[in-house]
Amino acid sequence: MEQTGKKAIWQEYQKEIAEDKYYYARSCIRQNFFPGSEHAFLNILRNNLKKDLHDDAKHTTCTGIGYHSDVVPMETTMTVVARNFSLMTEAGYQNYIPSCITSFGLYTEIIETWKHFPETLEKTRDFLFKATKRTFDLPNNLAHTSDIIYKFRHEIAAMAKYKLVDVHTGRPLRIVDHIGCHYSKMFPEKGVGGAEYPYVLAGMVEAWGGETIDYPERRHCCGFGFRQYLVKANRSYSLSASRKKFESMQPYEPDFIITNCPGCPYFMDRWQYVIAETEHKVYGAGGKAIPVLTYEEMAGLVLGYNPWDLGLQMHQVPIEPLLEKMRIAYNPAEKYLGVNGKDLGKPVIPELFKYQDE
Amino acid sequence: MNKRVLIVGAGIAGMEAAAGLSSLNYEVLLFEKDEKPGGHLKNWERLFPTQRLGSEVLEFLEKGIGETVKLISNTNIISAEKSDKNFKVVSDKGDVWYGDALLITTGYDLFEARKKEEYGHGIYDNVFTSAELESLFLNKKELLTHQNKKPARIGFIHCVGSRDKKVGNVYCSKVCCVTAVKQAIEVREKLPECEVYCFYMDLRMYGMHFEELYNEAQEKWGVTFIRGRLSETAENIDKSLQIKVEDTLLGRPLRMTVDMLVLMVGFVPSKSTTMLGKEVGIDFNSNGFLKTMDEHTSTNITGKPGVFVAGTCTSPQTITNTIIDGRSAALTIHEWLSKSGTV
Amino acid sequence: MKSKDFGYQAIPPRHIDYDKNDRTLFYFLRRREPSISICFSCGSCSATCPANENTPFSFYRIMLYIRRGEKLQIAREINKCMLCGKCRLVCPKGVNTRNVILITRDFLNSGGQ
Repeated sequence: MEQTGKKAIWQEYQKEIAEDKYYYARSCIRQNFFPGSEHAFLNILRNNLKKDLHDDAKHTTCTGIGYHSDVVPMETTMTVVARNFSLMTEAGYQNYIPSCITSFGLYTEIIETWKHFPETLEKTRDFLFKATKRTFDLPNNLAHTSDIIYKFRHEIAAMAKYKLVDVHTGRPLRIVDHIGCHYSKMFPEKGVGGAEYPYVLAGMVEAWGGETIDYPERRHCCGFGFRQYLVKANRSYSLSASRKKFESMQPYEPDFIITNCPGCPYFMDRWQYVIAETEHKVYGAGGKAIPVLTYEEMAGLVLGYNPWDLGLQMHQVPIEPLLEKMRIAYNPAEKYLGVNGKDLGKPVIPELFKYQDE
Repeated sequence: MNKRVLIVGAGIAGMEAAAGLSSLNYEVLLFEKDEKPGGHLKNWERLFPTQRLGSEVLEFLEKGIGETVKLISNTNIISAEKSDKNFKVVSDKGDVWYGDALLITTGYDLFEARKKEEYGHGIYDNVFTSAELESLFLNKKELLTHQNKKPARIGFIHCVGSRDKKVGNVYCSKVCCVTAVKQAIEVREKLPECEVYCFYMDLRMYGMHFEELYNEAQEKWGVTFIRGRLSETAENIDKSLQIKVEDTLLGRPLRMTVDMLVLMVGFVPSKSTTMLGKEVGIDFNSNGFLKTMDEHTSTNITGKPGVFVAGTCTSPQTITNTIIDGRSAALTIHEWLSKSGTV
Repeated sequence: MKSKDFGYQAIPPRHIDYDKNDRTLFYFLRRREPSISICFSCGSCSATCPANENTPFSFYRIMLYIRRGEKLQIAREINKCMLCGKCRLVCPKGVNTRNVILITRDFLNSGGQ
């Protein structure tokens, strides 16, 4: 019943996703948190899927972080967003694909606002022109980058070197899919599969041989928040939210977690470290922590990218158990080497996170 | 020759109006899309607030229509129009009937629980609707979870699809609160070990003996009422359900595991009501039910002369109200046919 | 293993955990004073309560804490009652409020037996 019921809902939340010719908008924080992910996205789109994609050094933040922390007013946000759209127009593109979930939510919100209040759009045009002498077109199509990977999931499956399967037992990997709140909680109809049972990541997992887990706190926010992590005194809230999720997913023994948001993978990864160091607790099977991946990292692994090129060494929770399960070749000696073999230095690894002879 | 009245829908209102008109010597054609008359009443074992059998009320209504009313079942009326002096109705098979007045008693449909996605009906096996639970009672089936376990705890969720602007229904469906109380008691009767909880926003015990039933549920049957609306249902690994509500009287969130969840689904205008209302060209009220000429004084009269309405095609109603409304429609039609005589 | 201090830690959840809470007192009370079942939280008892005037004390809330098994809250509140009995006078449903307080105190004093 569960799958039939969910499929019926998924049918109702289909959205239009452009086929090609994308203007790529990077995330402020993903490049620092998981720097390999955006790079992997560019490679997958250009080299594997042969798509035209414009990666523009001139665009800026959408101000999402500032907006959600109450330090940037909406008018400013709209003007900054308008400038990014203007850069897209200038570059000759019409399909805008932000890498950040909060950006995606904010762009959606702004475009909807402009639709309902055309005078606000005019005001924004005016602000932008006064400030920069720029004009802009609205995107023809706005999609999150996870929508793009979702759209081409079957193409990726056809090129896959690895499946989301424990090769030792043949069992599909049990995967927790965690959707960034701003993906579809604000505008359910703008997310693949809607807000209650989103399909965007589940669709990838399904196409690549894994199995998703529907656990009680699946819809709960990871706790990233904005002021909740920006202000140290508030971090307890953030930590507690993630912890609630870990406790709830624990009985299902997930092999890993995937996310489509900048904050969720970071905090679900780092908070496991904090909990391990403060409460000496881990939530995965066999006394291990649960690896947390971005969907680009998952796609990259499936396509056979070198785990260290995907930046998997930047995760606090060791990724090796997952690589072993999927029998993905990797060289432990290269783990902490950066671009061009540069030594990144080896972090101190907490006792509970130690993998084999580390 | 006696004048002829066409009644579309042989539910409670249609049957009772037919009985009234027939006893006033009108020729009555009563159309029913199902095989048997009775509408939703056929699906309910016991009735609030007395726990008497629904079949007894059905027997009463059947006796009323007796031999004199011409029941035309298995017939779906898809169009109705005024034709010269008469009304003409046409079935989906193309059969045609004429009459001097038209009474619409096409009733309601139950709210489709699946539309409240977050409640998990049609997704999680142990989420039921009130109608599905009643069907277990009616068919004398054992009350078991989908995993064939005796439930240790059942939660009833009030106002599913009612008082909910998001799904387009701002109105109260009137009967669900007391139905939940009735069914909660029945669960306790059948499974004395099972804990029963009702989650409500307001308890609307407006009818005679409703409040007593609510009191009995608490005092005699130990049913617990928690004021708070369900926010979401999730499934636990053992297929029991985790529910989250705000305990609004304590001002704190409350989390509970239940083995079964029963959604008290409300009323929406039936598909036939919407379709026929449009066909005949009468107005709808702001909630999508058929509009009556005056909410207080002319509940059976529409804006179109000769077209009458009764029962739950005009608003959510209890069985008692529906019977009264059907009877009232018979009298209203009689007055109209006696006075004008023509359409 | 030593625990690190990051300057913040997880906060215990605020929700009423109905599955974990212990409702022995409620079941005990329901046998001894069945009128506890019929309270419908109208609040008349609290509106007239002299103890509620100067300190947050609310009889109908205590009844809810008892029903939900919120033991800490019950223990914190129960001794604030002055046993004047006005609540019993105003209660439209005839809940024997004084008895609820007395039985609860007994129950807690005897270590919840």
